[in-house]
Amino acid sequence: MEYKPIRKVVSGNYAAAYAVKHARVEVVAAYPITPQTSIIEKIAEFLANGEVENLEYVPVESEHSAMAACIGASAAGARVFTATSAQGLALMHEMLHWASGARLPVVMVDVNRAMAPPWSVWDDQTDSLAQRDTGWMQFYAENNQEVYDGVLMAFKVAETVNLPAMVVESAFILSHTYDVVEMIPQELVDEFLPPRKPLYTLTDFDNPIAVGALGTPADYYEFRYKIQKAMEKAKEVIRDVGKEFGEKFGRDYSQMIELYRTEDADFVFMGMGSLMGTVKQAVDVLREEGYKVGAAKVRWFRPFPKEELYELAKNVEGIAVLDRNYSFGMEGILFTEAKGALYNTKAKPLMKNYIVGLGGRDFTVSDVRKIAENMKAIIEKGELDVEVDWYHLKR
Amino acid sequence: MEIPENVRKRLSIPADEHFYAGHTACQGCGASLGLRYVLKAYGKKTIFAIPACCSTIIAGPWPYSALDANLFHTAFETTGAVIGGIEAALKAKGYKVKGEDGIMVVGWAGDGGTADIGLQALSGFLERGHDAVYIMYDNEAYMNTGIQRSSSTPYGAWTTNTPGGKMHFLEKRNKKKVIDIVIAHEVPYAATASIAYPEDFIRKLKKAQKIPGPSFIQLFAPCPTGWRSPTDKSIELARLAVQTAYFPLFEYENGKYKINMPSTKKEPKPIEEFLKYQGRFKYMTKEDIERLQEWVNREWEKLKKLAEVFG
Ligand SMILES: Cc1ncc(C[n+]2csc(CCOP(=O)(O)OP(=O)(O)O)c2C)c(N)n1
Ligand code: SF4
Repeated sequence: MEYKPIRKVVSGNYAAAYAVKHARVEVVAAYPITPQTSIIEKIAEFLANGEVENLEYVPVESEHSAMAACIGASAAGARVFTATSAQGLALMHEMLHWASGARLPVVMVDVNRAMAPPWSVWDDQTDSLAQRDTGWMQFYAENNQEVYDGVLMAFKVAETVNLPAMVVESAFILSHTYDVVEMIPQELVDEFLPPRKPLYTLTDFDNPIAVGALGTPADYYEFRYKIQKAMEKAKEVIRDVGKEFGEKFGRDYSQMIELYRTEDADFVFMGMGSLMGTVKQAVDVLREEGYKVGAAKVRWFRPFPKEELYELAKNVEGIAVLDRNYSFGMEGILFTEAKGALYNTKAKPLMKNYIVGLGGRDFTVSDVRKIAENMKAIIEKGELDVEVDWYHLKR
Repeated sequence: MEIPENVRKRLSIPADEHFYAGHTACQGCGASLGLRYVLKAYGKKTIFAIPACCSTIIAGPWPYSALDANLFHTAFETTGAVIGGIEAALKAKGYKVKGEDGIMVVGWAGDGGTADIGLQALSGFLERGHDAVYIMYDNEAYMNTGIQRSSSTPYGAWTTNTPGGKMHFLEKRNKKKVIDIVIAHEVPYAATASIAYPEDFIRKLKKAQKIPGPSFIQLFAPCPTGWRSPTDKSIELARLAVQTAYFPLFEYENGKYKINMPSTKKEPKPIEEFLKYQGRFKYMTKEDIERLQEWVNREWEKLKKLAEVFG
């Protein structure tokens, strides 16, 4: 069948819901939280309209139970999905470990939302990045199209390496903003993403198994090592799946760090998620103004694409790391990761951390220009003014 | 061991064993007996979810399992949600769940994991109506972490965080009636059971299997380690709990209550009968015992009334 995309104008959340439908998910655990709620509402609507079959919709009583229901369903062999944000994700934290430890390919959308207090419903990556060490893969979507594509790819990658995956989109900027999304006809999605073949299930009664039992010091260590091995394998799988996606549907995701006009760049802006849309636009403007700049969008934060970062770092004089998140007592989280990844390499570009957009603070093209001016100055001087810049602070 | 057919026919509980010797429960553990009966009733076509509790250990560490059935070890507070998820997946995949020949999805959790931290997930499970069975084995404290109180610990009991002492720091509130909370959900089937009455327990398990929707069984399961009782007294204590009406056996089925006492006519024995052999009650004063007796009487009268009015 020839690929003819179906174009729909949808919000990021609806893009996620359509991807869930097209992935033929079998169990959805649903618990509302702004700004995620319209994902699970849309899925319920599909069910109510008879647009999906063989889907069990479990309206749980909390996010903790949402993830618990997902792990139960996934252990029983189903393709499962849930979605949440901020406080909900934090409540799930314990169960995130359970999903990865039991090697269950649960897929979830996290709508990036700032953590309270003070209450905030706006964009901020701290919720998802705080789950860094749970053994979940993390894909950050720049736009609604990437939300849709990301969910489909996440299932494929997760079910190949038997680890759970999170597709992250930003609050309101994507979740509630409508845009054209090219969707894939069902038959082609089915080809790309065949039914799940579980590593194990609880339904083989002739060969019963016990999953998640006590791991003594004699064995626990190896279980952890195998998760790391799976994460390493995931990098290959991600690149292959991304390439396949590109060949089949015209949008290539083979790079875990998407590079934009970096070939001859003096310095680049690096970041994740929707803010990179703004950055790319700014790069075009700045290029016109004579800045030799580019953008490096980290698509997959876990597993972390060290190799691609190294290739990039070798060829630039500076990296401005834009973090819409913060690890208190330290710095922006992507900044720590990127610096750490390069420490034992020969690449030593100047790296500066700009904390931007926390709690939904606007981040615009003119902000990127100011950052460019600052980066240019420090590169000329050959040293940093400050390492971490709370860029928007009302001084 | 092969059991001859003529003996098999005379047995009042199934002869088949699906709970292996070599499990790691303490001697005289009521919970391990309970597990054995559940497996006798349901056989191997069962999927267990067991949260953090003594039974995690009883079932054995990786790569072992004492259960001849599928088992998912899960987080402490998630039993209700996990069995809900398992059931949903089985349905989505077109398996028959519950009923005579369906897959049995069984949550097996302690009183701490049910009455305290897991109460929310239990409530969600009951209210959503999943076709699964939730069994709370009630040993009246957090045993796995070393005998701390739970809300199912009775008045006057010693535990490591109600240790008695100069200030008479014992458990000061009555045992939480989890079963009443369950019934408030208008579940199709809820029952109490005791390891001292295995026929009754197995009959209830079979009933829970047949009735569609969520079922709940609260199983009284003495713990010699936590109760400071002799290991050969577990069954006797479980029987005395019933005979003193401290833990009455009853069923709730679609709005109807039915008491299943060995003898409903007889007056219950005094509570002291149940307290004996148990080191955990040795700090109780005479007043404490009277108070506990009052609670037992009150609850027993209440149950009898319920059975009378909604029988
Ligand atoms: C979130 C969480 N908190 C605490 C614990 C520690 N913990 C493990 S088992 C247990 C007690 C279990 O008590 P109960 O459910 O009554 O079962 P029992 O051990 O008596 O069989 C506790 C507190 C845990 N595993 N998870
Ligand atoms: S501590 Fe009690 S409940 Fe736990 S295994 Fe020992 S006897 Fe059984």
